[in-house]
Amino acid sequence: MAQGNNSIKKILIVAFSLCIVCSVIVSTAAVALRPAQQLNQELDRKTNILNVARLYEPGMDVEGAFREQITSRVVELETGEYTDEFDPDEFDGFEAARDPATGRTLSGDRDIAGLTRVENYATVYLVGNEDEPEQIVLPIRGQGLWGRMMGFLSIEGDGNTIISITYYDHSETPGLGGEVNNPRWQAQWEGKEIYDEEGDLSPAIRLSKNASGENEVDALSGATLTSNGVTNMLQFWLSEEGFGPYLAQFRSGTESENAENADTDFEDGEGA
Amino acid sequence: MADVNAKSVLIAPIFQNNPIALQILGICSALAVTTSMSVSLVMALAVIFVTSLSSFFVSLIRNHIPSAIRIIVQMTIIASLVIVVDQILKAYAYEMSKQLSVFVGLIITNCIVMGRAEGFAMSNTPGMSFLDGIGNGLGYGFVLLVVGFFRELLGAGSLFGFTILPTVQNGGWYVPNGLLLLPPSAFFIIGLLIWVLRSVNPEQVEDTEFKMKENSKPQEAV
Repeated sequence: MAQGNNSIKKILIVAFSLCIVCSVIVSTAAVALRPAQQLNQELDRKTNILNVARLYEPGMDVEGAFREQITSRVVELETGEYTDEFDPDEFDGFEAARDPATGRTLSGDRDIAGLTRVENYATVYLVGNEDEPEQIVLPIRGQGLWGRMMGFLSIEGDGNTIISITYYDHSETPGLGGEVNNPRWQAQWEGKEIYDEEGDLSPAIRLSKNASGENEVDALSGATLTSNGVTNMLQFWLSEEGFGPYLAQFRSGTESENAENADTDFEDGEGA
Repeated sequence: MADVNAKSVLIAPIFQNNPIALQILGICSALAVTTSMSVSLVMALAVIFVTSLSSFFVSLIRNHIPSAIRIIVQMTIIASLVIVVDQILKAYAYEMSKQLSVFVGLIITNCIVMGRAEGFAMSNTPGMSFLDGIGNGLGYGFVLLVVGFFRELLGAGSLFGFTILPTVQNGGWYVPNGLLLLPPSAFFIIGLLIWVLRSVNPEQVEDTEFKMKENSKPQEAV
């Protein structure tokens, strides 16, 4: 090795030129491969939506099935009405939350899911007829133990009965919190009900150690903080702040006629 | 170590001088990614790619690397290659990259890559370093595949995702051993593998550094 290699000048030259060459290689790879990666992420998102709606079969044509069976709409959360202001395929809830025009900051006590900022609009995915869907798939996200968890919740057309839940992006401990994607645990959600009273916008669904009744699902053993995170994000996204007003339309729509004008008309008793 | 010819550089790291079995390097990732054969294979390919190319590039500029910053220079080259691998996997093997998750990024900290760059590439020609990188990657991959074979076959009853032993859950007869899907089982399998390799090649057994003393009597202890 040449003696002059350890002069300060040589060290700086080697370090700088190496950094430049390496950063060019890395950024070229990142930029050149981005379109293919985005395509994959998009496909993965659609696969997850089909999966949570129980429409997915291995080896199916995801793009085709998604186009045929699922309608995406953007909902204004506050009113629960559809809006055509945004293109549902382009709308990104996470980005929208950061934009002052389409998002708002949550104050501490209302921010139970640890979101800090939340969007005013959200994309929902409808299976079947748009006006009377068989299933509604809602995007949910919130803080788990180690970081943000992103997932989908599928609900029957009555706006109350859960079909399934899945997380497509999370960093929970494998084997403990990571069990949120265990099919056996996911299967417990089927038939659970979000709300326990009609007309009420506060969700009753939660995870519990000794789950009983229509509104409770077994918590993940050994993963209390992940389970709390799941409960909190459901409580948030299904409440008035989230999809509560939107789902209320389906609930009043499918219940008996007198449910609409009588808030006190309880049909399913507690803990049924 | 002194004789450098293409064949020995390529073949020796697989059995005689295996980085995992003899040098006991890179154990952590071997525990994490060997739950199934396909994941092991992709991880092995990624490590072969990174080790060979990082050795090649380090060797290429070895006469210009100031010894004061040589570790950082090697790290930078390795890290850049690992990011490239990660990006390629995300673009062309998305499912696989989700399963491998952080372990692709952790190739950077795999001692084998760094060890070859510092131990071999810094003092040999680029061509030889490239072959040495491939050889060590193959040695790593060999262990990964052996461990993955046993873990997937006995833990899930399948190989590369194809069912070999129909499990009870799917109406077959085989009761899968759940322990084999957990990281500790890789320790046992790697341990057994080292035992087998050292029984076949007794020269791999290290000399004892200390001789165990006989049981001391109570009065000697003082």
